[in-house]
Amino acid sequence: MNIEYLGLKSVSGSLIVIEGIKDASFEEIVEIKTDEGGSRMGKIIELGGDYAVVQVYEGTRGLSKTNTVTRLTGRPMELGVSKEILGRIFDGAGRPIDGLGKIFAEKYIDVNGKPMNPVSREYPRNYIQTGISSIDGLATLIRGQKLPIFTGNGLPHDELAVQIATQAKIEGANRDNFAIVFCAMGVSGDVADYFRKKFQENGVLERVVMFLNLSSDPVGERIITPRCALTAAEYLAFEHNMHILVILTDMTSYAEALREISSSQNEIPSRKGFPGYLYSDFASIYERAGMLNTGSGSITQIPILTMPNDDITHPIPDLTGYITEGQVVLERNLYQKGIYPPVSVLPSLSRLMKDGIGEGFTREDHPDVANQLFAAYSNVQEVRSLASVIGEDELADTDKKYLEFGRAFEREFISQGRDENRDIDQTIDLAWNLLKILPREELSRIDSKILDKYYPAENTP
Amino acid sequence: MEVKGTIFSINGPVVKVVGSDGFKMYDQVFVGSERLIGEVIGVGDKHTVVQVYENTTGLKPGEEVVSTQRAMSVILAPGIIGGIFDGIERPLKVVEKQSGAFIERGLTVDPVDTTKKWKVEILAKVGDSVSGSMIIAQTPETLQIMHKVMVPPDVSGVIEEIVPNGEYTITDSIAKVKTASGKTVDIKLMQVWPIRIPRPHNGRVNVRRPLMTGQRVIDTLFPLAKGGTAAIPGGFGTGKTMTQHQLAKWSDADIIIYIGCGERGNEMTQVLEEFTSLSDPKTGSSLMDRTALIANTSNMPVAAREASIYTGITLAEYYRDMGYHVAIMADSTSRWAEALREISGRLEEMPAEEGFPAYLSSRLAAFYERAGYVNTLCKKEGSITVIGAVSPQGGDFSEPVTQNTKRFVRSFLALDRLLAYSRHYPAINWLSSYSEYVEELTPWYEENINEKFMGHRTRLIAILQEEANLNEIVKLIGSDVLPDDQKLVLQTARVIREGFLQQNAYHPSDTYVPISKQFLMMDIILYLNEKAREILSRSIPISQIIKTGIFEEIISIKYKVDNENLGKFDEYRALIDKACSDVIANNEVIKR
Repeated sequence: MNIEYLGLKSVSGSLIVIEGIKDASFEEIVEIKTDEGGSRMGKIIELGGDYAVVQVYEGTRGLSKTNTVTRLTGRPMELGVSKEILGRIFDGAGRPIDGLGKIFAEKYIDVNGKPMNPVSREYPRNYIQTGISSIDGLATLIRGQKLPIFTGNGLPHDELAVQIATQAKIEGANRDNFAIVFCAMGVSGDVADYFRKKFQENGVLERVVMFLNLSSDPVGERIITPRCALTAAEYLAFEHNMHILVILTDMTSYAEALREISSSQNEIPSRKGFPGYLYSDFASIYERAGMLNTGSGSITQIPILTMPNDDITHPIPDLTGYITEGQVVLERNLYQKGIYPPVSVLPSLSRLMKDGIGEGFTREDHPDVANQLFAAYSNVQEVRSLASVIGEDELADTDKKYLEFGRAFEREFISQGRDENRDIDQTIDLAWNLLKILPREELSRIDSKILDKYYPAENTP
Repeated sequence: MEVKGTIFSINGPVVKVVGSDGFKMYDQVFVGSERLIGEVIGVGDKHTVVQVYENTTGLKPGEEVVSTQRAMSVILAPGIIGGIFDGIERPLKVVEKQSGAFIERGLTVDPVDTTKKWKVEILAKVGDSVSGSMIIAQTPETLQIMHKVMVPPDVSGVIEEIVPNGEYTITDSIAKVKTASGKTVDIKLMQVWPIRIPRPHNGRVNVRRPLMTGQRVIDTLFPLAKGGTAAIPGGFGTGKTMTQHQLAKWSDADIIIYIGCGERGNEMTQVLEEFTSLSDPKTGSSLMDRTALIANTSNMPVAAREASIYTGITLAEYYRDMGYHVAIMADSTSRWAEALREISGRLEEMPAEEGFPAYLSSRLAAFYERAGYVNTLCKKEGSITVIGAVSPQGGDFSEPVTQNTKRFVRSFLALDRLLAYSRHYPAINWLSSYSEYVEELTPWYEENINEKFMGHRTRLIAILQEEANLNEIVKLIGSDVLPDDQKLVLQTARVIREGFLQQNAYHPSDTYVPISKQFLMMDIILYLNEKAREILSRSIPISQIIKTGIFEEIISIKYKVDNENLGKFDEYRALIDKACSDVIANNEVIKR
């Protein structure tokens, strides 16, 4: 069906309204041409009796009520995929922009994806060694997990993401068969370049698929960028059994794009002007991580989001945290003390960690040690606030030990070099060295048998 | 007469229909050529409004909408227990067979297997007069659950015909009942019931039995009641889901209905995997033999999320009517409220607080009201306990869902972010949580556990409260300057927190603790407190008692004493006595 419609009823933000439309289907893709030449794409987001509201991905600049011709394509937004996409760079709507020509597509896949049946999922259990102590030791990344980095502007989240991507090491079935899907949403060109350069330096560029919607690119397109990226990831993971690490940055820009479109549709806002369906929309992205019990491929997601005003209760980090399986939180205070990566240990968490560490996975003492580090470091915070009132000298002896532990923990355990790759044994041994600063009886979270093995009683000062 | 209309407009899950005035509120409809399942939620002047339970991508105006002429209903029959369903009772395992690992649209699948033959034992005979919910037959649904075949609640009359014992499918007629009006009704193993209407019962009874969960902070400090309601609010990462899982695993209900409402797919997979391999502490058979799962994960259609809660509670009511004690875990009711908000927004209704519709509180109330301990129509006792997780935005308990829920539940288990940060699990805050059931359950505890139980509980809470007050001072001046008796309060409170309230879900003997052991643990902690106080009264400094390590010994009881080996508590009592007499003896020496 190739009827073309001439003219528009109205244009507002990234939305246009077409009147007199027939046989349109909900969420189908519309092609838009203007007298200036070139074509754009849009999606029908509301259908009335004879009108359609279309969200234009490339923006509405230059569109008028009379100079526009629209055509229904009869299909949803699709991405052409084949194994050739590895090593290529696409724009936010999945068109190649690296000058290497078109992709010869093996098939076209609806970018919206379909919900994975919980019955067909494989519960993720295999851990990924990132070589970063604060993550491996305390918020272990598991293959098939979605673990976001909550950060703030000016913090080294990009460095951390690159370090994770390049150091990540997995065990088990086809462990060398990995690839990275990088998805930029509304980040500056510099950030995208930084990632590309780093991937190149590390020699993995031919295993990276990049989807770039930069901050200067249209807002409408930003909505489909992560969907294109995840469609590529699903294709590689579930049809070619590859292990895919997806880096999504920056989810905050994505959410703001969603808000912009929602408000131009006159929708009723919920918190901070974001639409009421922000949670469901986020879920349609994050829930595409995982593993299937029918194949050996996996999708692990590391979304990066900058918390507006460093506020973790802002709707964007808040709703994300409810969907993702934990979070790694970066903290400005630590960074200013010169600690890299500035991982704020207490609010950081990996929900899948419990089933992927310990005997048979990492080391028998790992769960208890992690637990004890959390408990001890949390006590450090209390002692610090006490010390700030009464002064360090007035503290009880044990409390002084805690202060010492706290300082050493930050300097030696959390802090590490940007290319320092510690394996899990190094990380846990380091933790023991630090815990030995504390008297043995303070370590109540550790099973006494493990304590006897790693911290024998005669060591007690 | 067929009721049919055509699609006028589409906005997300909300479809407006024109062309017929015959649509009834809450009737189930088929939408479009793919026959997507929907429900009528508004009948307007010009349009009928339908919410669609599946993704509406690809629908076109002008496509047909057909009413099924009955309210949105679920099928109730043997085969539900052990299954995993989506929000509108489609079995996900069958869906997987039809559409693979990703869920397609427009699937029509039977909720339960209609071809399976059940071994039915007939309990009634021809000539018996029967009324609604009377049991006329039974069949073993799982190793653990005997499924009672009931006359539907709205049928009564005399049995005209009944089949002999044998094997029947759920669609076979097993009996014919002649009603007073002369009609003959076929009775099958299967019933159909609309999800938004509570199933009738014969009156509520006061709650008087606790729902034992094996979790110390709940059973001892903030008990749940069979037939009661509870909310577990907490920000992300505070362990709501973990707590719900623990309750689903260990609580002593007969049947668990676990509703994953707008939560993670991996969590449902985990429940399915884990429950299949774990065995019930009471009966030894698999936990799935008493569990049904309803999964509407966060990326499944939002309208079905709204329905999933009602589907779950209707299943629960059905088993309650058989005389079972059912517990429902709804994780999370906030997602359900957000689904309401999303639909309401698309209907352009006037929002109340934070965009939520004004009817949020009445819907919440109606849901929690379906809990209760009742006399069933068949003259048995059954109960539904509802435990709803709440995910407050930003962890702020003043938001509308938490506040409205608080009005309708009687146990409130507040999860605390700071406790979770220090990995104190379960992170239930002992100062802001409460249970209104304590009074009603006191006789049960005193009769069945120990008459000192409630006294001990009060003492424990008092110590924790005192600790909280002292901590205010400690924050300013440090703990060193406190007098010894207050230092003892801090020590005892530490023992209570670390040795009693904290519970390790991954430790084989700590994940579930019988109430008798809970009492003994409480008893020994208070005994230690008592003895230490005696020593202080002899003006011996507390540091000497701390040095003996006895406090740490008592904390480690939770790992060192197996649930089967409660005799060991006497040894610990002796240990305390010895530590204390040693301290005293030492001091005598020093004095001399």
